[in-house]
Amino acid sequence: MDTSKRCSPRAARNGINLARLRSALRLCACATLPLLLTACHWAVLDPRGPVGQADRTILIDSLAIMLAIGVPTIIATFAFAWWFRASNTRARYRPDWEFSGAIELVVWAIPAMVIILLGGVAWIGSHELDPAKPLSDRVAPLDVQVVSLDWKWLFIYPQEGVASVNQLVVPVGVPLRFALTSASVWNVFFVPQLGSMIYTMNGMRTQMNLQADEIGTLHGLSAHFSGDGFSDMHFPVRVVRADDFAAWVKASRGVGPTLDDTTYMALARQSANLPASTFGAVTPELFAKVLRQELPPGPGPSTERGGAAEAPEAPRKGN
Amino acid sequence: MWGKLSWEAVPFHEPIVMVTSAVVAIAITGVLAWVIVKGYLPYIWKEWLSSVDHKRIGVMYIVLALVMLLRGFADAILMRSQQAVAMGNAGFLPPEHYNQIFSAHGTIMIFFVAMPFVIGLMNFAVPLQLGARDVAFPVLNSVGFWLTATGALLVNISLFIGEFARTGWLPYPPLSELAYSPGVGVDYYLWALQISGAGTLLSGVNLVTTVLKVRAPGMAYLRMPIFCWTTLASNLLIVAAFPILTATLAMLLLDRYLGFHFFTNEAGGNPMMFMNLIWAWGHPEVYILVLPAFGIFSEVFSTFSGKPLFGYRSMVAATMGICILSFMVWLHHFFTMGAGADVNAIFGIATMIIAVPTGVKIYNWLFTMYSGRVVFATPMLWALGFVVTFVVGGITGVLLAVPPADFVLHNSLFLVAHFHNVIIGGVLFGVFAGYEYWFPKAFGFKLHEGLGKAAFWFWITGFYVAFMPLYALGLMGMTRRMQHYNVPEWQPWLLVAAAGAALIAIGVALQIVQLVWSIRHREALRDVTGDPWNGRTLEWMTPSPPPMFNYAVMPNVEGLEAYWMRKQSAIERQALSPEPDYHDIHMPRNSAAGFICAFFSVTMGFALIWHIWWLVVVAFVGAWAVFVVVAWRDEHEEAIPAATVASIDRANRATREARLPTLRPAS
Repeated sequence: MDTSKRCSPRAARNGINLARLRSALRLCACATLPLLLTACHWAVLDPRGPVGQADRTILIDSLAIMLAIGVPTIIATFAFAWWFRASNTRARYRPDWEFSGAIELVVWAIPAMVIILLGGVAWIGSHELDPAKPLSDRVAPLDVQVVSLDWKWLFIYPQEGVASVNQLVVPVGVPLRFALTSASVWNVFFVPQLGSMIYTMNGMRTQMNLQADEIGTLHGLSAHFSGDGFSDMHFPVRVVRADDFAAWVKASRGVGPTLDDTTYMALARQSANLPASTFGAVTPELFAKVLRQELPPGPGPSTERGGAAEAPEAPRKGN
Repeated sequence: MWGKLSWEAVPFHEPIVMVTSAVVAIAITGVLAWVIVKGYLPYIWKEWLSSVDHKRIGVMYIVLALVMLLRGFADAILMRSQQAVAMGNAGFLPPEHYNQIFSAHGTIMIFFVAMPFVIGLMNFAVPLQLGARDVAFPVLNSVGFWLTATGALLVNISLFIGEFARTGWLPYPPLSELAYSPGVGVDYYLWALQISGAGTLLSGVNLVTTVLKVRAPGMAYLRMPIFCWTTLASNLLIVAAFPILTATLAMLLLDRYLGFHFFTNEAGGNPMMFMNLIWAWGHPEVYILVLPAFGIFSEVFSTFSGKPLFGYRSMVAATMGICILSFMVWLHHFFTMGAGADVNAIFGIATMIIAVPTGVKIYNWLFTMYSGRVVFATPMLWALGFVVTFVVGGITGVLLAVPPADFVLHNSLFLVAHFHNVIIGGVLFGVFAGYEYWFPKAFGFKLHEGLGKAAFWFWITGFYVAFMPLYALGLMGMTRRMQHYNVPEWQPWLLVAAAGAALIAIGVALQIVQLVWSIRHREALRDVTGDPWNGRTLEWMTPSPPPMFNYAVMPNVEGLEAYWMRKQSAIERQALSPEPDYHDIHMPRNSAAGFICAFFSVTMGFALIWHIWWLVVVAFVGAWAVFVVVAWRDEHEEAIPAATVASIDRANRATREARLPTLRPAS
């Protein structure tokens, strides 16, 4: 696979030369631009996987149900206001007409019936599309562990023993089972074209099952504000053929740094705009250690206006 | 000595902030100088700042809201401009500044625009509508207002000294904890809201008591104007919900100041608890805002259709239903936190159920117009604009209540568009309608109709141009609060949204022009009748502006639409009811307690934010001393002699009598 994009997180972390990084990122963006143009236009309405499709179906069905009641209401508003304008002598004025049992019955019943219908959609939809629900009981899912850091995304492939930063590579047509947590503040993991999103929270594990059915590059991002580097928390999702995925894993494995406690703690320090990179090896249980806070939450900023100007916490040595 | 405060706290290197500071400083100095030179100071002190008259306090709330609306709107313009240009570049606002702006925008618009505007209108109109002379606790009312003003002042001070929160309008931990927000921004937010929240709670207690206990003879619950009902519902929610806010923010303060671990990542803290608690307040809060707006629209639809409100009892039931349901839906703000299918589905359905009473209200307003004589005065335009806009906002709200739809729309610009759709289209249009509707009652002259209508058209057009693109952007996967982005397809929509903000800016400018023009031409716009809209509720029985005591004798209420009934019978008989006997009226005396309290609470808030502990003690003792002095004062009422009451009432009766022959019975 494209190895030119790979660079050591250590080098990137030194990221003093922001301009250089920006231009590098812009280059990456340009390279994927043609894809983006087609891919992310109406992301939520243009899903590339079963979860996104089901979300869209429910969204459109619900919208149709609501429009069926909303549009006539809006038309009636204009019609009533116009016909009963004070200057219209043909309209009948009944200054004391203030109640009609039949009308009250109808105006309570119509919204109630719509909501019963829509409530059914919500109930079934919530259960069908529960993010924790496995997508298939026949095909074994690919496990991906997601850690949101300030301000980048770490994706660990526990079965493959590799990890990537700010880039998610997944095989097409394979159920993806995500386990997610955060290194510090909250974020939301969201790939609009794959469907549902979910929070990442330190000390807690959320689950999400997605699947990508088409080859291409999708746009992923954080959907929960997480501080000054939030806007840069986006990542490409490269959906590739199964053999390309295997090749990517193979090419990544053993190359570049190892994701262990030390490199993780260094990665957890605040930085933004890191280019996509990979780790050639991951120490076992790293995700669990983050989850159990055996690796402490990432440090915040060293200073802010009126804030304590303390030295940034040194990365703790692994135990 | 000065805690964390030093010269470094002033952002000298940020030109936008420094220019704003200079302009604000010049404006404040100018206004103060003008007031002093013209010799208005004693008048302002006596008639306004130390007044405990509910009408004056209501007006001061609204003045506060209008001033803060300009501030919050300036933030909105900055945000829209930033997002319009920041495609693939950093724009003109760095993240640390941009993040303060959107946090301040939300905080200001909810707590210091919508809340004071709504509370101001309730304060002004409800005692009049109830046929009462004042609220239940007039001094408390004044203190409540001044505590709200304190919060607003602290938020504005943060612009020039230090920084404001960069954590959004609700400071979710762990981001808002000391580890990730070590600056004073979150502290400004927390203390401003703690102080103003206490003020809101006092106001809520006061208005609940007023509606329950201070009504004219015969004003049974089911004879109250619907605005009084929505006020009751809204203030019940304040009394129930604001303590949750105070407790939640207090826990965050304990985390930040004393090293507690309520919401920290470590030591057993649980940020999810903050999320639950803040929305246990936050969802009722949106109904605290919108219910009074519903009440205003009910009055407006009825008055300008020349008909009683359709389905009054249904409306009361719907109002109280919403009041209760609003406490049962908070979880829909975080369907994407992984709660599980049953929990999500139940809260999703509970949320949709609120759409039923809300829908009933919409239909009842429509049937109020049906068979009416609809006059398209400015308040009515706002009301019609509201119905259309609110139906759109309601549709998108129900969509967001369906958990799987929310899974792809949560925190997106679709959500941002939705809540602006209901808060602008519901609350803001409502308070604007109320402002136009009750302005002649408060000041004795109408606002210029043409300028008001022009402002309405710019506002509503601007609203659609600004926010419909955000729905589209949400469907395109754009999330909220982005300082910059790298998806070129988003930019055209953001440019359109910025143009919409510009249209709204014209609407705002027209409202300012309308106010200034109307004040300058007030003689031409004078409302001599006290009943400029052919009103139906009691407040239109009083002269405009009403005397301090509102009613010379307590009106005897014999049915719904108390004033309309009287008016109709007077028209039939071509005579007013016989002149009553006048007696001395005892009214509460002015009290400086609120203003002085505000002085000390600003000082205390500022000292707490900057860790100036000695000053905290001094200010607290000062505030306590005020309380003691007020609590133990001997004379808290003054008498208005019967002769004065009689002369004011006879003048009012004379104008009413002169007007009788011109009125036709409704048929």
